Amino acid sequence: MSPKRKDDFAERQQHLDGLSDQELYERFWELSQQVVEPLIEEARTHTSPSIERSVLIRMGYNSLDAKAIVKKVQEAELLGKGAGHLVLKIAEKEDLEIREAGLALKEGQFEIGYLQGLFERGEA
Amino acid sequence: MDLQPEEKLDMEELLEDLENYRPRRQGWTWRKPVDKLELEEFVYDDMSEELERSIPLPAARSFQRIDPQPEPVITTEIASGRFEDDIRRMRMAAWHGADHMMVIRTAGQSHFDGLIEGTPEGVGGIPITRKQIRATRKALDYIEDEVGRPINFHSYVSGVAGPEIAVLFVEEGVNGAHQDPQYNVLYRNVNMYRSFVDAAVAKKVMASADMLQIDGAHNANATARKAWNVMPELFVQHAINSMFSLKAGMPKENIALSTVPPAAPPAPDLKLNLPYAIALRELFQGFRFRAQQNTKYMESSVREATVTHTLNLLISALTSADIQSTITPDEGRNVPWHYYNIAAVDTAKQAFAGLDGLNKLVQLNAEDSELRENARELKERAVLFLEEILETGGYFKAVSEGFFVDSGHYPQRNDDGIVRQLDGGVAASSIVPRDDDYLAPVCNHFGYNNLPDDIEKGCDLIGGCSLENPDLIDYIDELDPEDNVTSRLEESRPYRKGNLLKPEVEWSGDGWVNVTLFLAAEKDVAEVAALEIAGKMGLASAEVIHREVMHPAEGTLIEVKGRVEFDIDVDKLEIPEKEESLPDDEIREYVEENPLQVVAATVGEDEHSVGLREIIDIKHGGIEKYGIDTTYLGTSVPINKVVDAAIETNADVIMISTIITHNEVHRQNMKKLHDLCIEKGIRDEVMLIGGGTQVTDDIARESGLDAGFGRGTHGDDVASYIVKKLRGELEKEED
Repeated sequence: MSPKRKDDFAERQQHLDGLSDQELYERFWELSQQVVEPLIEEARTHTSPSIERSVLIRMGYNSLDAKAIVKKVQEAELLGKGAGHLVLKIAEKEDLEIREAGLALKEGQFEIGYLQGLFERGEA
Repeated sequence: MDLQPEEKLDMEELLEDLENYRPRRQGWTWRKPVDKLELEEFVYDDMSEELERSIPLPAARSFQRIDPQPEPVITTEIASGRFEDDIRRMRMAAWHGADHMMVIRTAGQSHFDGLIEGTPEGVGGIPITRKQIRATRKALDYIEDEVGRPINFHSYVSGVAGPEIAVLFVEEGVNGAHQDPQYNVLYRNVNMYRSFVDAAVAKKVMASADMLQIDGAHNANATARKAWNVMPELFVQHAINSMFSLKAGMPKENIALSTVPPAAPPAPDLKLNLPYAIALRELFQGFRFRAQQNTKYMESSVREATVTHTLNLLISALTSADIQSTITPDEGRNVPWHYYNIAAVDTAKQAFAGLDGLNKLVQLNAEDSELRENARELKERAVLFLEEILETGGYFKAVSEGFFVDSGHYPQRNDDGIVRQLDGGVAASSIVPRDDDYLAPVCNHFGYNNLPDDIEKGCDLIGGCSLENPDLIDYIDELDPEDNVTSRLEESRPYRKGNLLKPEVEWSGDGWVNVTLFLAAEKDVAEVAALEIAGKMGLASAEVIHREVMHPAEGTLIEVKGRVEFDIDVDKLEIPEKEESLPDDEIREYVEENPLQVVAATVGEDEHSVGLREIIDIKHGGIEKYGIDTTYLGTSVPINKVVDAAIETNADVIMISTIITHNEVHRQNMKKLHDLCIEKGIRDEVMLIGGGTQVTDDIARESGLDAGFGRGTHGDDVASYIVKKLRGELEKEED
């Protein structure tokens, strides 16, 4: 994948020769920023099962419940809405306490179609 | 619960009411440096506040037991697999000067999709669960009160449950953690997208509680074939995690770089490692440095590991270290044992005390020196590495092309780097885009969050979250009815609370001992013979853990570990009672009324004078301070001269010191003194006392003397004995 290469430092580094130590420092951090920018953007715009479980734990669910709830959210293909979000929607719609809403979701009390319907615009 | 130095930590009591225990603080604590610390006659430049209770270095005996504490936080890493045993080790380490307790996770936890609960036993570490860390943090809260310094607790936020573990750690008052998405990708084969997406959320949560983060770059040293060649890449790895952490919301001062001197002797250690250490600290000014010991070149010799560690400490002292990690010197042979954790902590404490003020004494950084050129070259190589990552199409692409952990000295490449596929690894394809209406009703949540306009903090939507209100935590105690701490404590109870005692290295009463043997045989013969010997000594499961050739034919050093399969009943032991010394005033009063004459000498062909002088001299608190008139005859004094002097001065007491024990010469000298006093007819009038490092009261009495004093004796012990004896208070005991 990354073929063998001899140490060609002497040829490669010529454009760095003129840089002062301070300029080299700045270049190092400028490049680091450029490398990291797309990584942080990826993180900003995506979520994962673990992230959503961490949201549920912060909401007061234990780890077993959080795991089971996120499974239900994934089955309904609603992870991109946020697991906590779905719990809030159910609580609102069913007039339940937030905690009860999550546990009802975990118990499988709702159809996937119903869950997806909670997010359709202009309805509910 | 209040810890008493003379009592074991009560595990059963610790576990009581754990569900209601709340950690007393969150976030990291640094030591408090002291400008010009004065301890006895010494002034220190680089030390921090003293401990209230501690165990100083062995040589402190000759320095009024001072125990200077260096400025860097000192880490000890513990991996026994049972947190209840880890806690005892933490307490011992804290007394020796550790204030950063790092618990290693059990094998496989990285790939566990979610949190583990309860207290199952681990392999090479503990399963990190709420109960285990809550109990440990609770114990540390008591231990820090006992030693008088805050203790940081630390573990790992990695694997495929990073965000949840970060939340758990904040809730439970864990103070620091390793977090580096590159570690997941390179060494745990977690899918790279998943790893970075999770990491940002985890970091933001950690930042909310002021936790300290340590990165994982040092693992490249441990993995690459020629560790010193990966220096340019180490800068790149540090930079990626540091920049990513900053952008995730972590303050710079809470981001620590895990840095290891990559080379070790017999390579020219400082010549390779120092330019690297300097360049790193220049490029990453403002971040924290966690100096870790080199483990790549660690073999089974604890001596060799300790020297490498000491050289690493020299580099820390010459450059800087905010945290000084210690690796136990036995890590090259087994999972670390209790006393090697202590040894490593003491090595750091000892080296830093010894190197105090180093940067006032020597100066680095001479411009245009080879050191500077090498440092500059390393930085340039790192810049070239970053340039090529960008040319290739970014970080993920570079990883998929095996850029990392290649053993070539970049830009040299050896085509042996770690390759990870974009769509491969554990938990591949598990991230999803956040929709426009994505919402997380919690605070300190990294990334896009479509909160209503009137909501400032996500958790206002639900009336607060567990990061702010610990009462929301839904505590799980145990899931497994057998594999838990209660059943383990039941088994170990006789060793913890009963009368049984057994040697141990990791777990309560595990039975392991280490035997060091020199065998006058070549290596292969010696190894087999050593196992045979261990078997005859009654050791079970014997295993050779270290071998070192002294000469191809003349002999081999072997260390064998094995288990003893018997217990000692403490109740049946006869423990000699410690004699209580009389109060100073009482001794002084007696001597005033009954003037005492003492003759003292180091006898035989023996030039040791220090021990006896300490017993006599007024400035060491010796017997002279009570007004006892002492004639000191010097060293290598023949016995007959001692007896003659006693007759001449009409002495009440003769004290002889005998250090050399070759051919039992100490016993012979004591016996000779007794016999000669009888011969001269003065034995009944003179008290005979023997002393020396290998002398015991029993040996002295067997040799005909009245008493013997060994290592650790002070003048007041001897004076007190003399007075009690003369007052006739000891007659009964001696009958």
